[in-house]
Amino acid sequence: MLTLSGVSKRYQTSELALSDIDLTIPAGQVIALIGPSGAGKSTLIRCVNRLIEPTDGKVQLDSEDITRVRGARLRQARRQIGMIFQNYALVERLSVMENVLSGRLAYVGFWRSYFRRFPKSDIQQAFHLLRRVGLETMFDKRGDALSGGQKQRVGIARALMQNPKLLLVDEPTASLDPKTSRQIMRLICDLCREQQLAAIINIHDVVLAQQFVDRVVGLRAGRIVFDGSPQDLSPAILTSIYGEEDWEVPADNEDDDERSPPEDRVRTLTVDAHP
Amino acid sequence: MSLNGTSAADVQRLQQLQQGVWSPLPLIRRRWLRVSLNLGVLAYVIAAWLSVDVNWDRVAQGMDRGVEFVASFMSPDFVSRSGEIFVGLQESLTMTFTATIIGVLLAVPVGLGAARNIAPAPVYYICRTIIALSRTFQEIIIAILFVAMFGFGPLAGVITLAFATIGFMAKLLAEDIEDAQREPLEAIRATGGTWLQWVNYAVQPQVMPRLIGLSLYRLDINFRESAVIGIVGAGGIGATLNTSINRYDYDTSAAILLLIIAIVLLSEYFSGYVRRWTQ
Repeated sequence: MLTLSGVSKRYQTSELALSDIDLTIPAGQVIALIGPSGAGKSTLIRCVNRLIEPTDGKVQLDSEDITRVRGARLRQARRQIGMIFQNYALVERLSVMENVLSGRLAYVGFWRSYFRRFPKSDIQQAFHLLRRVGLETMFDKRGDALSGGQKQRVGIARALMQNPKLLLVDEPTASLDPKTSRQIMRLICDLCREQQLAAIINIHDVVLAQQFVDRVVGLRAGRIVFDGSPQDLSPAILTSIYGEEDWEVPADNEDDDERSPPEDRVRTLTVDAHP
Repeated sequence: MSLNGTSAADVQRLQQLQQGVWSPLPLIRRRWLRVSLNLGVLAYVIAAWLSVDVNWDRVAQGMDRGVEFVASFMSPDFVSRSGEIFVGLQESLTMTFTATIIGVLLAVPVGLGAARNIAPAPVYYICRTIIALSRTFQEIIIAILFVAMFGFGPLAGVITLAFATIGFMAKLLAEDIEDAQREPLEAIRATGGTWLQWVNYAVQPQVMPRLIGLSLYRLDINFRESAVIGIVGAGGIGATLNTSINRYDYDTSAAILLLIIAIVLLSEYFSGYVRRWTQ
């Protein structure tokens, strides 16, 4: 359904953020994209809906090449791709209902959206989605009156209002507490299964990802270094993605070699300054 | 840890730090440059002070006239020229409202175009040029030009104030747009809406409170400016004020100034109220 072939991205004056990514996602598959900060996860999903222009390669959605389309055809492609953000990305001064209905912008004309006169079917769909995410009584609240978890639910409803085929999900739980994180992940994955949606979920929390997704793709320094089922993620593979670290030892009694005594640092500095 | 750029001074600071001696880095690290810059500024201020040539006799004379002017505030005369004052005020208020509305309406597209994060480069440079042109010249200079073009009276005043409003509003609006949160902008773009829908849903809600606040602020700037540009012939209360000063009719001048102060205070209070309500 979604095929990336040879996708690369080079930001001005820096090295490759993405290099030669090949990835195929069949309809209805939920994949987690894991990797260290700066590995190119956000860049990758933004290359799919062209919020970032890939430097090289091809993005195909349902066998339509959307890498070079512009104007109305780009908007047509974007409306088939819903997006969910790390910091929720609600327009905080708009009401919950306006935020959810903004998912229909590509389906209605300017004046309809300007006067907030959406078709009845859209309003009903918005209500059903709000009920599905458990916020049907909040429809008149302003975006900034909600808690983090609630904002993310509105963000999910907005993405689904587009009737997308594919969801791009950028760190959905990074700003949430552990319990809300699990609820949000479960909600996203349940909705994807109900509606046969494919999804790419960028996520830091490997354990959480393993519990919910069908497939895991590991990214390191702009390249895919792992592509397989969540059960196959061994400590060796995690090391190949994130670098050296003892994955079995609890985090609080690890020996951190950054914490060398200050005398050593001074010696290092002095030695370096006077070679 | 990168050791690039480690100098002897860095090493010294680190050693001092270990012994518990630390002070923040100075803004200019080179000591001789820092000291000579400070001395240079001091010398310039002293030289400048010595170069001002004050004619103390003239100051003493002017003091009397100034005292007379200030004293007239104790006995403002609202009555004997009330007709002129009323017409002047009415004209100024009309000029102010008309100019502010025209100026803000024209400033919105210019401001959108002058925001780096949403406008393509050619549009950005054109809009920044418009802003620079409008902001370069003080209202009085623009007023002199427009009075020459359109003749004496409020039309020149309205055009002057509208022109000045464009630069002011567009610049501050563009800055506010550049400060808008990036993620909502991305999110609405990702829905596949058109550019206008995107502006309406993602940009406008973020900048509207500031736009309203600035428009009201500009309204009272324009009122004050209308009093000033009246002096060069652009109509309004400024013309009335100018006439009264030329006639040494300080009681009437005082009345006019008091009225201007009252109106500015009222609009200040009103705009504060509206700004709180639009947050």
